[in-house]
Amino acid sequence: MLKNLCQKMFGRSLWVYHANSGGCNGCDIEVLNVLTPYYDVERFGIKLVGSPRHADVMLCQGPAMRSTAQALKRAYDAMPAPKLVFAIGSCACGGGIWFDSYSVLGPVEKVVPVNFYIPGCPPRPEAIIYGVAVAVGLVDKKTAPVKFKQIELPIPRYHPQDLTGRDELVVYEKVEKV
Amino acid sequence: MSVLSKLQEAVVCLKAGRVTLPYPVKSQPVPEKFRGRPLFDAAKCTGCGGCANNCPAREILLFDLCQEIRIVQYLGRRCTYCGRCADVCPEKAITMSHEFETGTNAIGDIQQRVELFMSTCQRCGRCFKEPSALEQLKLKGYRVDDVAHERWVFRSKSYLETEPAVDDIKIEMD
Repeated sequence: MLKNLCQKMFGRSLWVYHANSGGCNGCDIEVLNVLTPYYDVERFGIKLVGSPRHADVMLCQGPAMRSTAQALKRAYDAMPAPKLVFAIGSCACGGGIWFDSYSVLGPVEKVVPVNFYIPGCPPRPEAIIYGVAVAVGLVDKKTAPVKFKQIELPIPRYHPQDLTGRDELVVYEKVEKV
Repeated sequence: MSVLSKLQEAVVCLKAGRVTLPYPVKSQPVPEKFRGRPLFDAAKCTGCGGCANNCPAREILLFDLCQEIRIVQYLGRRCTYCGRCADVCPEKAITMSHEFETGTNAIGDIQQRVELFMSTCQRCGRCFKEPSALEQLKLKGYRVDDVAHERWVFRSKSYLETEPAVDDIKIEMD
């Protein structure tokens, strides 16, 4: 539903508002790099605006800090209704490496609901463009959770006296699950 | 005067040519030393926990399901791609890949979970030892994190009091 809504509402252009709630400016520079002629995103209609009241998308950088959490919440509330929040960088996604210090509340999703995550410290400008393309629905996301499983529990137990050989094929009978 | 300067500007712009990179159509190769997402190789990993102890963001969790099965879980939310896990890995099971297109709508998509079959030392019952004497004092037995809630368990919890020292500061071990 969210995807359809995105394609319908944001198909033409995204106006982004750039909110830094206590980051180190690394992600800010990458976001500004996206807007420079090298990665010219204005050709896709993405435009940086100075006020949250004009914006469709809020780009959050930096963790939610004690001192800026209220301001971030107010900026989010000031945005008009169909709105998206992007968490850019590992600080906004998970709290950064100073996640357990005094002044850091945690990821920005503790303060505002986050729709899309772009991890990286800082993410490459291409990664930011890719995340926006995932949000708009131009491309599919490439990542999926990876699980390597050793065995399934409970472990099947085999009794050696129940092994029977039949034409080079060993058949386990009376398999009992522990 | 202004016409001349405009002409000069036009010449400069024409000389520079087109600088916009054709990213969505054709992606540029990343630099050779670029560190992207770490990839875990379950076949090479021995479960020593060096990556978990050296991760500055505490994003690699260790959990012992039973005596034989150890879970190494990489969460990747606040991973800064520093590459220390790949540096300390004695078996070179972690490689820093060149993947950077990890934008997603669910943060759990960048998780990697490896289940390992651990053998037991016949003499001491444990396989690995902490490097320094202080570390050995701190750690009783295995390091066990809270994998179900994806939380890194603060190591000194095993001997410190559970009551917080200051009431108004609520420290979240996230």
